[in-house]
Amino acid sequence: MKQFLLAAIFFAVLLLLWEAAFRARIWSPVLLPSPWQVASYLKSAAVDGTLAKATVITMRRLIAGYFIGLVVGLPLGLLTARWKLFRDTLGTMALGLQTLPSVCWVPLALLWFGQTEAAMLFVVVMGTLWSVVIATETGVRHVPPIFRRAALTMGSKRLHMWFKVILPAALPFIVSGMKQGWAFAWRSLMAAEIFVTILTGFGLGQLLHYGRELSAMDQVIAIMFVIVVIGLLADKIFFSPIEKFLHRRWGTSQA
Amino acid sequence: MRRAAGHHSSVIEELEVIAPSKLAIDNVSKSFQSASGTVHALDHVSLNVAEAEFVCLVGASGCGKSTLLNIIAGLERPDDGNVLADGKPVTSPGRERLVMFQEPALFPWLDVFGNVLFPLKLKPNLTNKDRRDVAKYYLELVGLTRFEHANIHELSGGMKQRVALARALAPNPRVLLMDEPFAALDALTREQLYGDIQQIWKARRKTIVFVTHNVREAACLGDRVLLFSPHPGRIQEEFAVKLPRPRDINSVDLAAYATRITKALKSLGQVEATVAK
Repeated sequence: MKQFLLAAIFFAVLLLLWEAAFRARIWSPVLLPSPWQVASYLKSAAVDGTLAKATVITMRRLIAGYFIGLVVGLPLGLLTARWKLFRDTLGTMALGLQTLPSVCWVPLALLWFGQTEAAMLFVVVMGTLWSVVIATETGVRHVPPIFRRAALTMGSKRLHMWFKVILPAALPFIVSGMKQGWAFAWRSLMAAEIFVTILTGFGLGQLLHYGRELSAMDQVIAIMFVIVVIGLLADKIFFSPIEKFLHRRWGTSQA
Repeated sequence: MRRAAGHHSSVIEELEVIAPSKLAIDNVSKSFQSASGTVHALDHVSLNVAEAEFVCLVGASGCGKSTLLNIIAGLERPDDGNVLADGKPVTSPGRERLVMFQEPALFPWLDVFGNVLFPLKLKPNLTNKDRRDVAKYYLELVGLTRFEHANIHELSGGMKQRVALARALAPNPRVLLMDEPFAALDALTREQLYGDIQQIWKARRKTIVFVTHNVREAACLGDRVLLFSPHPGRIQEEFAVKLPRPRDINSVDLAAYATRITKALKSLGQVEATVAK
């Protein structure tokens, strides 16, 4: 409660300062709209459905791409951890591609897929995939050998060993890789949406882009706000509970 | 021995005291390549362990006693010779022979109950209710019922080893292999566990092979204490400990045995071995 109050006061003060700066007319109102203008844009966009539609389109791209990235990345990570051949080949490639900022996939995706949903999906998958591969590999290779030995004596082998021992033991690494993959995917999708107009659907990035084209600063700031909120919600609803569980179970400190 | 009252037939079967194995280790050799050359961890070691016997292997660190344990467990293969459990050759790990390691090796992603349940889930022909009942029974046996939902990191070292013991006992193995399971614990906790393990051994009738470098511990627990010499690893001498049970680690009679074994250990030049901690 105290935490919440503190946060509320902090943001209230921030809004007041913003309003004050707007009223002082230090910058042109075109460049710095008042919080009320931003709020009223948000309201009208919410009422006419623009916002909901754009959010749904963006989230659909993000979640589909992220899911594919996970489903492909996890087994690839297991392969690279298990066989040296894959580690030396696929693992090295994953390490290299992970260092590539995922926005850099956008030009390639456009040339390959054109201005289509496939291009968007490709960029998101590339953002997710390599982080997940590397985190899974690292996680599996950090599983203490004693866990495997103990499980062996209890009769665990092959699939049971992978699913009931090695994967759970590697979970802290895998979750942090999933989180990183999510962050990369989110950033690259926004970049792609801002760059590229796709006629099958206007996402949040496109709203941001048109806000700039029309010099509608209230729209730009409002959409940025929505993007921040989505990022926060993903963290609070999805990752935070998983991380809390891991911290509680493993007894690692909650930073 | 607590009664398994109120359990239905398959649980009672599961908790039944079964025949412990006899082990025959015949001419087993094993060597490793290390930076300083070939290490002969075991050199033509032969050993027979009777049903329900408690045998302690003593020796300095690196004398091959843990290697022998791993070979009995089926975690490692000997270069030469073979191991028979009830006349059948040991070729792979199996839940007939469960191992307790020096580290508890409990799984941090499961709670206490989940850890004890783990080996039971790998055992066929049991209903889930049976498995839970059996796990509960062993948690009670090691006195940790109250902690069944605790996370592993919340337990003390002694409690962790108790959970590891419950986990090793749960699938009702014929042989229990213990690799310095109490070495990392404080003296008081250890003494308590000596009492527990003797009681459980008597109640559940297991063949136990127990590796330690603590002579007093070996004299307290073992029917027989086997002295290992290093480089190459061999069984040097054998002591039968003829004291009534349960034994108290601090008793004078036990100290006499420990002194004898320690003397023999010293004569092997193994001064670095821990002497009657």
